[in-house]
Amino acid sequence: MSSPDPLPSDPTPESAAPTDIAPIGRAGAKPPHERTASEEAGAINWDAIDADPDFRGLLRDKARFIIPATVFFLAYYFALPILVGWFPDLMKHRVGSVNVAYLFALSEFFMAWIVAGFYVVKAAGWDKTAAALLARFNH
Amino acid sequence: MSPAPLLALAASAPVNHTALFMFLGFVALTLVITYYSARRSSGTSAYFAAGRRITGWQNGLAIAGDYMSAASFLGIAGMIAFKGYDGFMYSVGWLVAYLTVLLIVAEPLRNAGKYTMADVLAYRLSPRPVRAMASLSTLTVSTFYMIAQMVGAGALVKLLLPGVGYEWVVSGVGVLMIIYVVFGGMLATTWVQIIKAVLLMSGTIFLSLLVLSHFDFSFSKFFDAIAHVPVKGADGVMATKDFLQPGLVFGRTAANPWGPLDLVSLGIALIGGTAGLPHILVRFYTVPDARTARVSVVWAMILIGLFYIMTTFLGFGAATILTPGNIPVENMSAPLLAKALGGEIFFAFISAVAFATILAVVAGLTISASTSFAHDFFTNVIHHGREHRPGEEVRVARITAFVVGAVAIFLAIKLQTINVAFLVGLAFAVAASANLPVIVLSIFWKRFNTTGAVAGLGFGLLASIVLIIISPSVMGIDVPGTAASARHLIQHAAMFPLKNPGIVSVPLGFLAAVIGTLLTKEPAAEKLFAELEVRANTGLGAEKATPH
Repeated sequence: MSSPDPLPSDPTPESAAPTDIAPIGRAGAKPPHERTASEEAGAINWDAIDADPDFRGLLRDKARFIIPATVFFLAYYFALPILVGWFPDLMKHRVGSVNVAYLFALSEFFMAWIVAGFYVVKAAGWDKTAAALLARFNH
Repeated sequence: MSPAPLLALAASAPVNHTALFMFLGFVALTLVITYYSARRSSGTSAYFAAGRRITGWQNGLAIAGDYMSAASFLGIAGMIAFKGYDGFMYSVGWLVAYLTVLLIVAEPLRNAGKYTMADVLAYRLSPRPVRAMASLSTLTVSTFYMIAQMVGAGALVKLLLPGVGYEWVVSGVGVLMIIYVVFGGMLATTWVQIIKAVLLMSGTIFLSLLVLSHFDFSFSKFFDAIAHVPVKGADGVMATKDFLQPGLVFGRTAANPWGPLDLVSLGIALIGGTAGLPHILVRFYTVPDARTARVSVVWAMILIGLFYIMTTFLGFGAATILTPGNIPVENMSAPLLAKALGGEIFFAFISAVAFATILAVVAGLTISASTSFAHDFFTNVIHHGREHRPGEEVRVARITAFVVGAVAIFLAIKLQTINVAFLVGLAFAVAASANLPVIVLSIFWKRFNTTGAVAGLGFGLLASIVLIIISPSVMGIDVPGTAASARHLIQHAAMFPLKNPGIVSVPLGFLAAVIGTLLTKEPAAEKLFAELEVRANTGLGAEKATPH
C-alpha cells in the first residue's frame, strides 16, 4: 500500500554519491513528510506530472465516470418534482398499498446510495493509479 | 391512550423538568468535552481543523450532526403530518444533494485547501479580492442560517418548555455555542455534533419503531391508515384524505400556479447549495486525507438518508395516530407523537434532542464564520497572508466567534416576532449561486480567473438576496389580523413569483463567473492550473494531519 508520502529516503548514501557522509540534523533537505505545503510547492515539478500520460488517463477515467453519473443523478432527482408537478395522474396510480409517487420518492434514497457506492468503488481504483503515478515521480 | 388529554396536559404543564434535566445533562457532557479539547489542542490546525485527525466515521457523524437541523427534524415531520406526501418529496433533495458533495467537491477541496473554501480559489487566482468576496459570502450564508436557527430555537422553547423565557433560551444557546467554539475550537464542535447525531438518530429510530409497532409492524396496515387520514375540509366537515397522494403543498392550483416550479427551484438550491455551505465544507479539512473525506461523506449519506426515511414514518405516524386536527402547531408533530407513544419521559428526551440539534448546528456555523473571517479576511486580505505574531489567526478567530455569537443573540432576540423562515432558503440559495459556481469553475476550468471569481461571487450573492426580497417569502399583502410571526416583511405584492430563487440565481451566478472570466485574461492563473489539477486529483502536497 503506497501513500502520497513515502517514508524519508534511506539515509545510507549510494556508492557513487558525492559524499559518503549522510547529512546530520536539519542541515539537509527536509524529508517529504516534514515539508509544509508552501515548501513543497517549489520542490515538485507540477507541470511534468500534469503532462504525464498516466495522469491525463486518470483525469479521463474520472471524467468518464463523474460526468455521466452527475447527469444521471440530476435527471433522476429532477424527474420526481417534474413528474409529480406536471403529471400528477400518472404519479397517483396505486401500486399495492402505496402509489407510484411514493415508490419513486423512496427510490431516490436508494439511487443516491447506489451512485455513492459505485463512486467509492471507482475512486478506490483512482487512488491506486494516483499512488503509482506519484511513486514514479518519487513523491 | 387518546391524544386529546395529553395535549391538554402539554398546555398546562409549566416547565417540563425531565426535559430540562436531560438537556442539562447534554450541556454538562459537551462542556466536559470542551474542557478537554481546550487542554489538548494548541496550534492553528488544531483549532481550525481538529489537527486533521478526525476519522471517517466520526466525520460522517459530525457532518450529519452539522447538517440535520431542527428544521428538518421537526419541520419535515410536521409538514408530512399536515400535508402528507409533498413533505416526503421535499425531504428527498436534502440527501441527493450529498452526491454533488461526494462526486464533485469534497476530495479536490480537501486536497487543495487548508481551512476554508477560499483556499482553493486563492491557489491560482489573485488572493486578496477573491478571499475578500468569498469571506463576505461565507459570513452572509453563516449568519443568515444562524439567525434562522436561533429564532427557531426560541420559538421551539415556547412550544416544548412553556414557562422558560424566549430571551433566556436564545441567550443560553448563544453563550453555549460561543463557549464551544472559543475554548474548544473545531475538536469540541466536532464532538458536540457527533453526540447530537447519535442522540438524534437513536431518538428517531426509537420513535419510528414505536410508530411501526402501533401498526403491528405491518406496512400494509400503516399505508392503509395513511390513505384514510381524517381531516376537516374547508366546509368544516370531517372527511378522510389520502395522505399518500401528492399535491397538497406543491400542487398546481389556481391560487398557486407556481407550486411545482417552486419545488424544482428549491431542488436546484439544495443540490447546488449543500456543496457550497461553508460549515459543511470546513468539515473536510478535519480528516487526514481525501480518501477519508470520501468515506466520511458516505457515512453521512447513510445516516442522513436513514434519518429522512424515518422522519417520514414520524410524519405519517403523527398524521395517522394523532391526526392533524389534534396537533396545535406543525412543528409539534414529532414531539407530541413521542408523548402519545412513549410517554412523558420520551417527550422530554425528544425535546432535549431538538435543543441539542440546534446547538450542534449553530456551533458549526459559528466556527465556519470565524474561520473564514480570521483566515481569509484578517490574515490573508488585511495582513497579506502573514501572521504578525504567532497564534494571531486563532486569537482573531476566537474574538470573531465571540462577536458573531453576541450579534446572533442580539438579532435573534430583536427578530423574535418576525417570520425568518426564508433565511434558510436564502442561505442555500447564496451557497448555490455564489459559492458553488466559483468552486467548480476554479477546479475544472483552466481559463477561469480572478475577475470571473469576483463576478460570480458578487452576482450570485446579490441575485439571491434581491430575488428573495421581491419574492412571496418577503413580499405579500396580509389580511388584517395575521399573526406577527406569519406576516410578510414588505406589504406589497410580490414581484417575483417563486419563493425559491435558485432556478434563476444559480444560472446567473455561473453566467457572471463565465462572462467575467471571458472579459479578462490572466496568464498567471492559467499557468498554475497544472499545479491545482495535480494537487486536487492526487493529493500531492495536501495538508497533513498533525502528529499526536
